[in-house]
Amino acid sequence: MAKYLLLKHYRGAPAAVNDVPMDRWTPEEIAAHLRYMSEFAARIQATGEFVGEQAIAPEGTFVRYDGEGRPPVTDGPFAETKDLVAGWMVIDVDSYERAVELAGELSAAPGAGGEPIHEWLELRPLLGPLPTVTE
Amino acid sequence: MNEVLLRELVPAVIGVLVRRGADFASAEDAVQEALIRALDTWPDDPPRDPKGWLVAVAWRRFLDATRADAARRRREDLVDDEPAPGPAPAADDTLQLYFLCAHPSLTPSSAVALTLRAVGGLTTRQIARAYLVPEATMAQRISRAKRTVSGVRLDQPGDVATVLRVLYLVFNEGYSGDVDLAAEAVRLTRQLAAAIEHPEVAGLLALMLLHHARRAARIAPDGSLVPLAEQDRGRWDTRSIAEGVEILQAALALDRLGEFQAQAAIAALHADAPTAEETDWVQIVEWYDELERLTGSPVVRLNRAVAVGEADGARAGLAALAELDDSLPRYAAVAAYLHERDGDLVTAARLYAEAAGQAPNLAERDHLTRQAARLNARLRA
Repeated sequence: MAKYLLLKHYRGAPAAVNDVPMDRWTPEEIAAHLRYMSEFAARIQATGEFVGEQAIAPEGTFVRYDGEGRPPVTDGPFAETKDLVAGWMVIDVDSYERAVELAGELSAAPGAGGEPIHEWLELRPLLGPLPTVTE
Repeated sequence: MNEVLLRELVPAVIGVLVRRGADFASAEDAVQEALIRALDTWPDDPPRDPKGWLVAVAWRRFLDATRADAARRRREDLVDDEPAPGPAPAADDTLQLYFLCAHPSLTPSSAVALTLRAVGGLTTRQIARAYLVPEATMAQRISRAKRTVSGVRLDQPGDVATVLRVLYLVFNEGYSGDVDLAAEAVRLTRQLAAAIEHPEVAGLLALMLLHHARRAARIAPDGSLVPLAEQDRGRWDTRSIAEGVEILQAALALDRLGEFQAQAAIAALHADAPTAEETDWVQIVEWYDELERLTGSPVVRLNRAVAVGEADGARAGLAALAELDDSLPRYAAVAAYLHERDGDLVTAARLYAEAAGQAPNLAERDHLTRQAARLNARLRA
């Protein structure tokens, strides 16, 4: 088993094929999309491959240490930030091929016109534990 | 015996152990262990005297833990020497436990966790699941909380307001996990109201019952949020509403108004309207004025602007909104709603999309996105 992180981007991924912002869809198209997403999560829960998921607010703050006795410096949000993650899902699957297959299913969620969005999702392996046998 | 009935025994059992001389932290640990064992064994082998069983098992656990800990041996001698104090009323024990678990020295998240465990009788695992954190994290939070209050004597009078804030937090957390926190908050507030006569305790209980009554109508079968005006009022729980209104009226008659009574009064006016159109918005605005005097909260003024928009028209609502800071949470959502009522669909659609980007949870974000989509579809047509 290997864990993979699926990242959905607000910005930073290549443009989707069916690239229409959600507030330009019809309410029925939005409902169909949300249904697809929750059914997808339920399906991979049933197969024992779901670990967790979380949507993330678009605006955040950058923070850094500013020296002894001083409060941390905060900055942002930066409108020009190229890469902006919208949410993540972690799956635990038997192979890279299976991870790609699931990411493809998720990317097929319907959008404007009820057609698949073909959204680019980023698939990144989580670094695993040190195996007992290494030689 | 079902699990809720079992959990109702927990505060009283902790009270018995503390009166026998156990310190709160050890007593609470011992009762939690007895509770977990009860959940495990009672379904197959129910005891005749559930409370007696819990006391016996918890007391044995406490003694075992005390004996195992060499540093505590002196305290054990003390326990053996001391005659058992006379029985104190269980209601007082429970009340003291509420005060202790909501002690001002605790952070809100610690107070919530400790209250759910020691007063609510939930297991650490259940609390962890309800708040979506690992069980080990919740266990640490609870044991730190217990250390923080370890010096507090159980017989000191506490501040009801801090307890009410904790219960309100639990209620607002809703029902995301497998434990129904809203129902649990209602149960704990009801138990508190039985232990102490206080108009704000009654006010909070009424507020909870009135909101809880709308629960089935608030979420559509597909999981989407249904706004108050569009809810099927036939699905509201009339028994819960009647109880809430009755409790509120008795509280208001004491003539010691507080924020929870005022909030409950607003909820009662909504509950009282057979249709959204028949809502008495003029009275609701008056209650918001009252609530603003009591709290000075900008969030109250934001909600008041919505009520003004209904009572005196969208323009009046927008004028009330213009006096507020536009960085307030949900400001854009309120502005979008009032602009739509005012007939400015272009501005409303833009603001709904903006509000969706700032939404604090997925249900609200999806709802606001749908509002923007609905208006954009109308504008295209």
